[in-house]
Amino acid sequence: MKKLLIIGAGTAGTMMLNKLHRTLPAKEWEITIVDKDLLHYYQPGFLFIPFGIYKPEQVVKSKEEFFPKEATAIWDEVSQVIPEKNEVRLASGKVLAYDVLIIASGTTPRPAETPGLNGNLWYKDIFDFYSYEGSTLLAKKLEDWQGGRLVINLAETLIKCPVAPLEFAFLADAYFTNKGMRDKVEILYVTPLSGAFTKPVATEVLSGLLDKKKIQVIPDFYLERVDEERKEIVSYDEQRVPFDLLVSVPVNMGADFVEESNMGDDDDLNFIPTNKHTLQAKEFDNIFVIGDATNVPTSKAGSVAHFMAETLQENVLNYIEEKPLEASFDGHANCFIETGFGKATLIDFNYDTEPLPGKYPLPVFGPMNLLKESRLNHAGKLMFRWIYWHRLLTGKELPVSSNMSNAGKEKQHRPHEDPVVV
Amino acid sequence: MTETMNTNSIIEMSSEGYLKDPMQWTPEVAHTIAKEEGIELTDLHFKVLLYLREQFLNDVRLSIRRIGKSGIVTIKEFYSLFPGGPLKKSSRIAGIPKPASCV
Repeated sequence: MKKLLIIGAGTAGTMMLNKLHRTLPAKEWEITIVDKDLLHYYQPGFLFIPFGIYKPEQVVKSKEEFFPKEATAIWDEVSQVIPEKNEVRLASGKVLAYDVLIIASGTTPRPAETPGLNGNLWYKDIFDFYSYEGSTLLAKKLEDWQGGRLVINLAETLIKCPVAPLEFAFLADAYFTNKGMRDKVEILYVTPLSGAFTKPVATEVLSGLLDKKKIQVIPDFYLERVDEERKEIVSYDEQRVPFDLLVSVPVNMGADFVEESNMGDDDDLNFIPTNKHTLQAKEFDNIFVIGDATNVPTSKAGSVAHFMAETLQENVLNYIEEKPLEASFDGHANCFIETGFGKATLIDFNYDTEPLPGKYPLPVFGPMNLLKESRLNHAGKLMFRWIYWHRLLTGKELPVSSNMSNAGKEKQHRPHEDPVVV
Repeated sequence: MTETMNTNSIIEMSSEGYLKDPMQWTPEVAHTIAKEEGIELTDLHFKVLLYLREQFLNDVRLSIRRIGKSGIVTIKEFYSLFPGGPLKKSSRIAGIPKPASCV
């Protein structure tokens, strides 16, 4: 029997387990999945918990519920991958051998990377919302909060679900408005990038939302530390932003075993160098990487993992059959962006094409609107939780194409881009 | 938007002032853009710019953090070389695309 091992039973790992279980011949291949945590969290739901839109119990289920019956699951933490020996070591001391390894170990927020962030104020006046614990405790905090300066800060540019902090700002505006206390809350969005929006067309179409909702943006702020005494975030160039309540998106890092195995890239964030089209690890032929664990230049998001899974399934089969890795991932991502008051917008993009206005998934008919606020988009976002639990995790086909399509998008006329003589 | 005549070559810029084709970059182009940013380029600036270009051409997504790990400059030094928004300014001067999020 040959062995295929999957590290990580999150969105990407669970999808791959289901897809490969259906396609690899059971007589020849034994498939094993290893994960340290028994619970599967619907992570897009974390955004809604602080505002009481979702209850915590709506976003958590048992991981095993989504595994094929015959699959072998090992509940243990991976401590090291040794590619030269085709072995994975576990915290318990057990060693697993593999012929093909799929790494789907994701990314997690690491508040300890920033001095002062998870010190005395952590979960008192500083919260994250990318974790079950953080979003649940923040919900309690917001219930009783009397108002003041709410600062939303991104510690790094490379974070999971890059639009979620912006959605948090929009939902916070709606939440405090509905509570009749919006005039008591100042909302600041502090980002290391040049603005809340950075792509030209999205900026043109969506940046008005920030003014409308009175969300102040402080750009080019790269967090060095938190001054706990003064309750200020401090940047590397000594800009200081005071807060009463800090909602932080901490530095995101891949799994610790990546560092232990010396497999990460030069950012030292434990993301694995991966061929951005084939999804094969750059240094190891029989290792493939999917989802947030890769270093490919697209968003770290569930939709990306979903689109990658199609490519990876084909390429794992190609690899096993000693064929060229012909399936090619194009960087496709699409994300709903909640804008508050029952509306959302939608973006669709890939490595080469920025988010553009238009219709999705069908040209003209849509029914979703790209780069435009609508109630239908919001309904789509909420409906997606059902699709996630019932279709996506178990690797069933969804009626959307893996590779991005330009068919429903409006052509952009960009009058300002004239050649310049230097 | 740049409108300086030095070498009479046509350089296409995006509406935000970034080179459309990174391969059109030359040290002269860097000097011209740097002047607009109010920066006088030194050898250390060029070491950073060449590092950025090399990383970009290898498909690496750039961040302030990575430059701090490059061994060329610390993050504080990077800020003093390109004050204000160091990554966006250095990217513009290095002739590579604007650092951006997905939207």
